[in-house]
Amino acid sequence: MTAELVRGQNHPLSQARLEIRISAGTPIVAAAALSDENGRIHGAQWVAHPGAPTQAGLEVSRQAAADHRLAVDLDAVPEAVHRVGVLLALPAAGAGPARFGAVAAPFVAVTGLDGAEIASYTITGLEAESAVVALELYRRQGAWKVRAVGQGYAGGLAELLTDQGLPEARRLAGSIHDAVAQGLARSVQAPPPRTADGDRSRQTAAPALGPDQSGAAPQPGQTPPMTPYGDQTPGGPGQPAPQTPSYPGAAPDPDAVTQPSAPTAGGPIDYSHPRRQNAAPPPPPPTAPPAAPGQPAQPVAGDATGWSMDERLYNQVWGMFEDLARSTAAYRSAVDFAESRMDKELEQVLSDPRSRIGGQGDAAREAARARHDQLVAQAGEALDRDLTQLVAEAEVVEPALPPAYARWDSPVWHAYRVPMEIPMALRLGDLHLPEADRIRIPMLVRLPLERGLWIDSGRTGSSDGSFADSHALGRLALETAVAHAARLLAVYPAGEFTVHVIDPAGSGAQPLAPLVQTGVLAAPPALGAAGVADVLGRLTQRVDLVQMAVRGGAADSLPPGFDTSQQLLIVNDFPHGFDDRAVNQLRYLADEGPAFGVHLMMVADREESSGYGPLLDPLWRSLLRLTPVPDDHLADPWVGHAWTYEPSLVPPGSQVLQRVLTQVAAARTKYV
Amino acid sequence: MTVNMTKGQAISLQKNDGGSLTAVRMGLGWQAAPRRGLFGSRTREIDLDASAVLFADKQPVDVVFFRHLVSDDGSVRHTGDNLVGGVGQGGDDEAILVDLSRVPVHIDQIVFTVNSFTGQTFQEVQNAFCRLVDETNGQELARYTLAGGGQYTAQIMAKVHRSGPGWTMTALGNPANGRTFQDLMPAILPVL
Repeated sequence: MTAELVRGQNHPLSQARLEIRISAGTPIVAAAALSDENGRIHGAQWVAHPGAPTQAGLEVSRQAAADHRLAVDLDAVPEAVHRVGVLLALPAAGAGPARFGAVAAPFVAVTGLDGAEIASYTITGLEAESAVVALELYRRQGAWKVRAVGQGYAGGLAELLTDQGLPEARRLAGSIHDAVAQGLARSVQAPPPRTADGDRSRQTAAPALGPDQSGAAPQPGQTPPMTPYGDQTPGGPGQPAPQTPSYPGAAPDPDAVTQPSAPTAGGPIDYSHPRRQNAAPPPPPPTAPPAAPGQPAQPVAGDATGWSMDERLYNQVWGMFEDLARSTAAYRSAVDFAESRMDKELEQVLSDPRSRIGGQGDAAREAARARHDQLVAQAGEALDRDLTQLVAEAEVVEPALPPAYARWDSPVWHAYRVPMEIPMALRLGDLHLPEADRIRIPMLVRLPLERGLWIDSGRTGSSDGSFADSHALGRLALETAVAHAARLLAVYPAGEFTVHVIDPAGSGAQPLAPLVQTGVLAAPPALGAAGVADVLGRLTQRVDLVQMAVRGGAADSLPPGFDTSQQLLIVNDFPHGFDDRAVNQLRYLADEGPAFGVHLMMVADREESSGYGPLLDPLWRSLLRLTPVPDDHLADPWVGHAWTYEPSLVPPGSQVLQRVLTQVAAARTKYV
Repeated sequence: MTVNMTKGQAISLQKNDGGSLTAVRMGLGWQAAPRRGLFGSRTREIDLDASAVLFADKQPVDVVFFRHLVSDDGSVRHTGDNLVGGVGQGGDDEAILVDLSRVPVHIDQIVFTVNSFTGQTFQEVQNAFCRLVDETNGQELARYTLAGGGQYTAQIMAKVHRSGPGWTMTALGNPANGRTFQDLMPAILPVL
């Protein structure tokens, strides 16, 4: 019985001598590579390919063909080998297709010597890739198993082999393609005769070239052009990730990350969303170089799990967040314990009548304090050790962050280009704890936003009087809101994020200038009660419409030209200019909007709307409260420390906001 | 090399090469004893729960169990509640991972307990064991079999405590009764 594998699935192998049958609709190159337990190919002698078809335990075809039979003898591979990868590539030379997306999904089967299929796998979902790791045979606890891999590489064999740690990857890829080119030239006329010895496992495949391939015979010795990084997707230079494989799953779509689309096993219909083909296994994460003995490992950016660099960095930041929360919890717990123990001991001294005689009491008190100080010092040392490690990690992670996660003063903003994909999350600011002032954790929230934002322009608990002027605080709050809105506009693809502004009194003209002047707003800020009513009315109608269409199961019945982008409404000076009807509409948007892509960003002092009484409490509760000045109102999900939040602001005098927004506006006119 | 521990036996958690352990796993495995006779095929599920209590100077500071899977300081992690046991057929059904280097400085003892949440006594459990594994290389350091299950529903398995710069594990195996670790506190305190 054949096991039809899906991507990532494995299956045990009971035989050591196997055949791997490959069929594709078009001539492809098949190779096999041996690698060690870390997936590294040690040298060219570990790769069986058309130029060197026989290696220890492996035999592959000499030429590109639509059908292959590879022979594998797992008993004959060297002891150091832990994995045997089956690699497929499109011939680089010639007029054939250059990407697997243009050919039928390759089918790979592992069979016994009798030809009975043990496991099979159809490699679906390939797009721009020109080389793919189809299967992997690997040792697991003394036995061999097969795993469906399906990892594609847009940069072809060179990129694939580089990824597997082969030092001379490009040269070998070149020589493989040379050999294939020669093989194609040789083999077009007549397929080599089948050997009649009956030992099918030693037999190379007969090429099945169609007549149309004869004209495609390339010149021998032609070196295929190779780009080391494959097809750069637009927006690539803005991404700091030194990730080479640009596999189709590069889309950092949070939905797809949480629910990897089920790979379609060979069916003609691809149900996956064209931009959510995230089923391909991710390229291996960058691994830390081995640490010197006794030293903690050197931190590496992206050293976390994830399907893309975007997701890995997100997970790494959250990992640092949790580690810092827990290390600080350990420190606080130890300090608390030291204090309560000292108190108890001092109390004992006090209640002991002997302590009143001579210096005994003083000595006991001294001892209790010394014990306290010693434990606190020990706890401080442990915290310091953890902080040093986290600071070192932050130092490599921070520069690697893409624009959506980076501070405004990060150089990645200088290389900003309008992205093609929505990032996984957005940095709203930094978090830190008083004990650990030397480390700042980026505060990342998932996109699309799940709740609206409230930039509190009211007097905060920790503001130290430097913002005695509520007008200055209100202005800073609006500047903070503009920085957040600009970041949202910048990280969404062109035209997929729309910002509306309500500024009833026109008091925010100056802070809003970057948005207004660059022309990224849907319309100029709405003024007066009429403006408020107009904007709220349109957004309410929009939510109604989408809600009806979705609930009625008729999402495609929306009017043609309907703007499907995410909408953000910035409300300044609330409740100025709001009548009861407008307040109700606002509450409706806060409740229903997020599910239908309409979000609120309130820039408000809650005190000013206290006249509405508890009516507005649900509104404030539904929003994520942020402050324009550092304030310790956010709790972590693990221990519940109060973290000091600092908003992500543009450095004074920097033009980065204007520059980025100008690009956003330019991209929008180009697309729309 | 595995030490089959007996009740009350202590082993030092120093590595053979002199280095001290950094991470250990306390694994717990069990199977329900088969019923004989009529309707013997009807399975009765037994839910054993492993817990770890962190003590500083005989004061409980933190507890890791199925409702609080990670200690606040992050040094002790429970891999999750197993409600039926026996899935591993000899492997660990529940495990608690301890990162010894991260244990807060004031914590000097960690006590591991097992409770029968479903209320069966250990007479109805078979092949129950608790073992200590060096998490860095998967090597089993000590194994303790819950032999001859008696008429009790909980057991205080072992404790890991500071001794000098390193840690020592002591097998306890004290029977007790209780549904969760809270019920065991009176039984735990004497062994500290």
